[in-house]
Amino acid sequence: MSIHHLRINDLTVSYNRVPALHHINLEIGCGHCVALLGPNGAGKTTFFKTVVGLLKPDSGSVTFHEHQTGRNLGDVAYLPQRENVDWDFPITVRGLVEMGCYLRLSWWRKFSDADHSNVESALKAMHLEDLADRQISALSGGQQQRAFLARALAQKAHIFLFDEPFAGLDKFSQESLGQTIKEIAQKGNLVIASHHDLKNVPDFFDQVIFLNGELIAYGDTTSVFNAENIAQTFSTSVFSGVTV
Amino acid sequence: MSRIIELFHHTFIQRAFLACALIGFTNGFLSAFIVLRRLALMADALSHALLPGVAVGIILFGFAPISLFIGAVTAALMVGLGAEVISRSSRVKEETALAILYTVAFSAGIIFLQFAPVRVDIDHYLFGNILGVSNSDLWLTYGISFITIATLVLLQRPLFLMLFDQSVAATQGVNVRALNYLLVTLLVLAMISSLQAVGVILALGLLVAPAATVYLLSDSCTALFWGGGFLGLFGSCAGLGLSLWLNLPAGACIVLFLGLMFCLAYIFSPRYGLLKHFIKRGHYHKESLARWKTE
Repeated sequence: MSIHHLRINDLTVSYNRVPALHHINLEIGCGHCVALLGPNGAGKTTFFKTVVGLLKPDSGSVTFHEHQTGRNLGDVAYLPQRENVDWDFPITVRGLVEMGCYLRLSWWRKFSDADHSNVESALKAMHLEDLADRQISALSGGQQQRAFLARALAQKAHIFLFDEPFAGLDKFSQESLGQTIKEIAQKGNLVIASHHDLKNVPDFFDQVIFLNGELIAYGDTTSVFNAENIAQTFSTSVFSGVTV
Repeated sequence: MSRIIELFHHTFIQRAFLACALIGFTNGFLSAFIVLRRLALMADALSHALLPGVAVGIILFGFAPISLFIGAVTAALMVGLGAEVISRSSRVKEETALAILYTVAFSAGIIFLQFAPVRVDIDHYLFGNILGVSNSDLWLTYGISFITIATLVLLQRPLFLMLFDQSVAATQGVNVRALNYLLVTLLVLAMISSLQAVGVILALGLLVAPAATVYLLSDSCTALFWGGGFLGLFGSCAGLGLSLWLNLPAGACIVLFLGLMFCLAYIFSPRYGLLKHFIKRGHYHKESLARWKTE
């Protein structure tokens, strides 16, 4: 089976003329679980938003299957930070997962048996069958993250962009979620997650991107996750911080 | 009661109930989107912003519904879009810009009304006159109700995605900005439809209270949409019936009735009601409770 690649070529993105990402070049193969590491303001969320097509780059491109990711809807699933979600929204876990199918359905077409079975298998894969009819606020933090993963599975995404998935989770939930995203990657998908807790990076991720406005290092965790790269990433002054 | 049944023989009462049912259902249905998109403040601002447009419409073309309609749409869009332009082109936030623009628009409307060829009572604009609904008003209400409900039902999925999370919706190909504008446009249409019946101030109650009530009772979006619609319909007709029975102003009775239902849900909702916090509930896990007691 050939491995698909997310190709990022000379990517520069800025806000009001102040660059947040500078000339990023990356080629990441599917089947990996990648940690995106960097201090606050390093451009991690900007990176995600550009890959998913929410932000327009000043230069460069992001392609998957030789298509711009922003135009190739469905391949990329963006899972927002938990604090950005309205957990009081009147929706059950099943309703949330069904949203993943909306993209493939036209806006008014009814759910077919295949769509229902797709939703059920996403729920099953994330061990949420028993919680399917619960309102989303009645889930624990780890279950909430798994609900969003189930939605991305129902969307049949290949690239999962996860904005700080482990934030606010206890140790057990972190380990459980870490195992889940590893399994998703092992099935040939690409998982990229921004992450802050450097202690458990080797436990959850097999590759690491060090980012701080520009790309500091990228590679297998065993080879690039070292004190030198960590020090360089977290001490480099961010170019975007300059006064203009 | 027999007096109300007797009143039903009058055409203007039949028209009033029909208008109430249509406006109640449409505004109630739309209220789910207003509540979930947190547009209640925007609705409040737009309710005032319509006045200068209505005033200019009356000055130029008289009291015809179409002139009120065009004037109100123009004024509301100018205020709504103006707030967005100011917030995008300066450091002033949108809600601040909106507050400035709608108070200015309302003030301008009061001045413009002084130049109207006929005397216009501002109370009529604010509180409406359901018993004075004409056939042309009713046709306008039919049209607006049809457009609003059909649009919301057809675009339910993208709207649903957008209401839940705008950034994720955008990644799924939803044109979030266009849908936001569409919602505001439907809001303006609903306001105009309510102008004659309950007035713009009380229309606000119809545009928020039904879904806010169902929001306290249900965790289902579908229940919120349709429940809001039927609650709006029921509340409007019941409020009008009460007003005829007690000989009180209709618009106020309708909104008071909806307010009462909201209060009941706020207090007695089995899941999210106030009383729930005070009533000691049984333990979720009876087995563990039994085990704990024996230890």
